[in-house]
Amino acid sequence: MDFSWLSDPFYQEYLWQGFVNTLWLLLVSAVGGQLLAVGVALARLRGPRPLAWFAAAFSSVIRGTPLLVQLFFFYYGVGHLLEGVPGLRETWIWPLMRDPFFFGAVTFICSVGAYSGEVIRGAMLSVPPGELEAGRAFGLSGRQVLVRLWLPRAIQLCLPTLTGEMILLLKSIPLVSTIALMDLLQAANIIRDETFLVYEPLLLIAGIYLATTVVLTATLRLVEINFPGMRPRSRRWLPVR
Amino acid sequence: MHVSIKTALVLAAFTTTAHAFADAPLNVGISGEPYPPFTYKAASGDWTGFEVELAHAICAELERECEIAPTGWSGIIPSLQAERIDMIMNSMSITEQRQRVIAFTRPYYFTPGAYVAASERELVIPDDLDGLVMGVQSATTNATYARRALRDSGVDVRLYDQAEQVNSDLLAGRLDIVLADEIAMRQFLARDEAEAFEIKATAPHHDAYGEGIGIGLRQEDEALKAALDEAIAAVVEEGTCARLSEQFLGTDVCVYP
Repeated sequence: MDFSWLSDPFYQEYLWQGFVNTLWLLLVSAVGGQLLAVGVALARLRGPRPLAWFAAAFSSVIRGTPLLVQLFFFYYGVGHLLEGVPGLRETWIWPLMRDPFFFGAVTFICSVGAYSGEVIRGAMLSVPPGELEAGRAFGLSGRQVLVRLWLPRAIQLCLPTLTGEMILLLKSIPLVSTIALMDLLQAANIIRDETFLVYEPLLLIAGIYLATTVVLTATLRLVEINFPGMRPRSRRWLPVR
Repeated sequence: MHVSIKTALVLAAFTTTAHAFADAPLNVGISGEPYPPFTYKAASGDWTGFEVELAHAICAELERECEIAPTGWSGIIPSLQAERIDMIMNSMSITEQRQRVIAFTRPYYFTPGAYVAASERELVIPDDLDGLVMGVQSATTNATYARRALRDSGVDVRLYDQAEQVNSDLLAGRLDIVLADEIAMRQFLARDEAEAFEIKATAPHHDAYGEGIGIGLRQEDEALKAALDEAIAAVVEEGTCARLSEQFLGTDVCVYP
């Protein structure tokens, strides 16, 4: 085991940059993805028929194809098609179109939207109908029932699963090293190419991923505990039924 | 059983070595997979290309007979050590790692990295690199050069797995500039779709690029190494190398003493 390269400021900078990019991509994809997921779940349950059909097709396609293929599809496929659009190079969107970060984020947002969308849809279906009827009986409008009762109860039910989705997302991020984005894996590859050491850089980034996962799990666990209605009031964890 | 097969193989190797003395022809190992324009088969079925013709010139200088011996590239170093071939001459870069296993002659050619960008763009390299997005293929000498030598130039280096991905992103406008092997870039620029691009400059000599391409030899063949070093110097100095290089590659890549 030779870790002497760790003292090289070149490599420290690459690793740091890779780590920061990984966290940014995680944050953007997680927030964007969960918002999309709620949209997908609502569209499938309550949307007009064409929208519901579209959301179902979206989920099937995204969940049925490999993430790496999607990433290439967006970056080399859609990206290159859009570049052929005349005049696009002069608009504000062009700098975004040149950036692999943008395509990485779009891919992961779609992925999280499809997987978590199905989770949230399932959770919404398992909220006891009596609770929603009780809401209506108290005079809440349909919209109020949705925003104040149905969604919060569904998210409460599937929070642990969503935490799992976020951890899976974190570990999908190294795929972006294939579209020329500096992430932790690309930093490790640079070190491998220059020092001919294969295992040491990989072990290091595996350790960084593990530590990040532990921190992420602990943070999301705090969210789970503090989510409204999750605190034990009368020695019961879940106020279900 | 295993032992006896191994012994037989070793014996066979020794018997062939016994013949490979003094005036027996030198076996010049090249990659069995064609590597144009360095080594490829002419319409006649004979091997030709820059390195094949250069090998013939070097052998003429040595006054030895040479035979071109195509060998699978991935097994070419073991073939050298098993004495099936006597030298490797197929664009093998002199690297520290290989030098632990085999010896090299002095370099006979060197291709620098070439900067390619849109023809309409006015560029002074490295001064104008600041703020540009540059693509390079990872795990190449160009990638190492870009990261090390261009570190303070302000250029944003993007690393790709495959050379074709770099070219495609250059054509699509996602990259402002590309740094890649000059010979490969000349072939890329010959394509119709790349007509709006040109070579802007070549990278200067730098540690990242190593010494160049040398002939690989067994470490114990010191006499052969000395003879080849002289022969290469002679072929380079009398201009044979430059002539072949212009003929096959369109530019002079020979390494002068």
